[in-house]
Amino acid sequence: MPGVTPDPQSARLEDPAAETVAPGRGAQLLREITTGNAMISVLAVVAALFLGAVLIGAADPKVQNAATYLFARPGDFGSALWGAVSNAYSALFQGAVYDFDAQTFARAIRPLTETMTMSVPLIFAGLGLAIGFRAGLFNIGAQGQIILGAIFGGYIGFAWHLPIGLHLLLALIGAMLGGAIWASIAGVLKARTGAHEVIVTIMLNNIALYLVAYLLSLKAFQRPGSVNPISPFIDKNAELPLLLGSGFRLHAGFLLALVAAVGVWWLMSRSTLGFTFRAVGANPHAARTAGMSVERTYIWVMGIAGALAGLGGAAQVLGTERVLTGGVAASFGFDAITVALLGRSKPLGTVLAGLLFGALRAGGFAMQARTGTPIDVVLVVQSLIVLLIAAPPLVRSIFRLPDPARAALTGARA
Amino acid sequence: MKTRMKIAALVAAGALGLAGCASAPSSSSSASASKPTGPAFKACMVSDAGGFDDKSFNQAGFQGLNRAVTELGVTEAHAESKANSDYVPNIDNMIQQNCDLTITVGFLLADATKAAATANPAKKFAIIDNQFYDADGKVLAIANVKPLLFDTAQASYLAGYLAAGVTKTGKVATFGGMQIGSVTIFMDGFADGVAKYNTDNGKSVQVLGWDKASQKGSFTGDFDDQSKGQNVAKGFIDAGADIILPVAGPVGLGAAAAATAAGNVKIIGVDQDWYVTAPEYKGIILSSVLKQMEPAVFDVIKTTRDGGFDATPYKGTLVNNGVGLAPYHDLDSAVPAELKAKIESLKAQIVAGTLTVTSPSAP
Repeated sequence: MPGVTPDPQSARLEDPAAETVAPGRGAQLLREITTGNAMISVLAVVAALFLGAVLIGAADPKVQNAATYLFARPGDFGSALWGAVSNAYSALFQGAVYDFDAQTFARAIRPLTETMTMSVPLIFAGLGLAIGFRAGLFNIGAQGQIILGAIFGGYIGFAWHLPIGLHLLLALIGAMLGGAIWASIAGVLKARTGAHEVIVTIMLNNIALYLVAYLLSLKAFQRPGSVNPISPFIDKNAELPLLLGSGFRLHAGFLLALVAAVGVWWLMSRSTLGFTFRAVGANPHAARTAGMSVERTYIWVMGIAGALAGLGGAAQVLGTERVLTGGVAASFGFDAITVALLGRSKPLGTVLAGLLFGALRAGGFAMQARTGTPIDVVLVVQSLIVLLIAAPPLVRSIFRLPDPARAALTGARA
Repeated sequence: MKTRMKIAALVAAGALGLAGCASAPSSSSSASASKPTGPAFKACMVSDAGGFDDKSFNQAGFQGLNRAVTELGVTEAHAESKANSDYVPNIDNMIQQNCDLTITVGFLLADATKAAATANPAKKFAIIDNQFYDADGKVLAIANVKPLLFDTAQASYLAGYLAAGVTKTGKVATFGGMQIGSVTIFMDGFADGVAKYNTDNGKSVQVLGWDKASQKGSFTGDFDDQSKGQNVAKGFIDAGADIILPVAGPVGLGAAAAATAAGNVKIIGVDQDWYVTAPEYKGIILSSVLKQMEPAVFDVIKTTRDGGFDATPYKGTLVNNGVGLAPYHDLDSAVPAELKAKIESLKAQIVAGTLTVTSPSAP
């Protein structure tokens, strides 16, 4: 089921590639922290959590009850509201970072490792999308690319039997290829025919979803003796190794994601190819005039984005889940759009935003199990974050931040 | 400063308004907040991606849990899964919540349940619609997991016989939400029931949407999108079918909408008696193939609380009324008396074991 799909138009307005013209480095950094995008991202999260608190209160039976006699005894309402919200958010924290109630130290820190585990596909796919955003491509196809990566990586993982090391490597390469091929379809169509990547990638998401459902109805993808659409377990040699032993689900995919983030940073800031990407994103006409092939750039961008999303799929199927199912991509591909936007399409930002969303996911389970708060609150918080990021003037007016255009003239103030 | 105050006031007013609006139905909201007193027993449930409001098997299971809370006074916790990746963390959270019995709904949770059960041998589990298999495809029993299975083919066999006897066009149809064992088992029984009618009466009623031999047929692809159910049903109606068995949870309601629009088409419901659960369509509900999950869940909670847990699979059949055919209600007159009698005798034969309904997906 689709998570959050931000309006492409508004997101395009916020395309980070558009804000690259900057004067001095120090002044730019200061402005980014106070009025710029990084601050807006943080404040958007804060505002979304606050609105989420309102919803938690509204959904809580005790608060509802106290609200009926609010004017007779307002204290009850206040304490019920505080109780509901603090319980829910403290459960969210304990499910995402550190569990105070745990019996053992391993259980206590397990939530943090869960957060890291759940951030892996978000970081991979978010990095891929970030490259696209900076090159002026609004790729919404991470969902389909994750699925294709999972199909390729998963099939190699459970159907082939190869020596240790080689098997995992091949499965990862297969997943990258799967995602890259899928994304390149949109890239080629955009380059050759001008077909809009938003439409094409959305459609490819649907095709991927039905493709995996079809494949899982074939004997070759099912477990022996079962007719259910679930693949056999991944071969031991193709599994991403666990980092902290069998008590934790954290696997080497997390390290790969961090390496990928560094790679994307190098690609976008240090390499000629990355410069071309950014130039095309800033102004395709100027880039063409300067002798760059815009068409070839689109195909490259989509290919790399798809390979990264495909790795996200591999991380799920070879690391976290260890089987291929129709729902292997969950809503990661859509959440990753928010992650990339929240991270301002920068590698470090994407990693941090991925961790935040991983934390919301991991914490959401605990919040639901411990306090009965509907898991949908987490979804609403995520959606509000998108909404607020897409409307920076709104966030600025809520928190009384100066307008960046004016701040550039008068100097930064908090 | 003024603006800030205004915004703060606005947000506060909004919060109040929201809470105020929501105050009315507080009594009917989830029981998780109430803590009834009783023996310290905690029953927990994890849904699959359909959620507890799916008007289908998650909901039916959840009703069983709620009944246990009201009637037995056990405490509960429940977690809705939104995606396959949610199963492991949700079950893990239930273990952290010290649940004595965790019920997982659906075969998709099988791996997660098995792993949790192996890692926590002191905890009890039950899983709906799943049997465990070892690497050779043999049934595998896990000491602390009780499978709750339903041989719905038996009941849908009767439904197929009924449909074949009632159809005017000589064509009946069925479709599924997803091609999974707990869905296709309905379709297998239905197809066999129609085939039985044809042999008995020398007729050639056709089944659209499912071929038992090749295990291929029509599926909408999910259990959410009613418009897909409507489209598929519309296709069957255009092809001449006048009785449809939609095995797709809430998606089937789309088929009911298409049948209402067509005018002369009847629906056979699944899981629960649709005459009761979907009264807006009661005029076209010929019958329903019942899958009694609520009592099964309630019973496993009760026996586990009383210390009688065992890992022997519960198998809902016509014999123990775990599955069944719902009454014909308003359409009683559309079913000829001899057909009713024949269905009763078929039921008796299945109960007696002289007639066996087979399905590759049978538990």
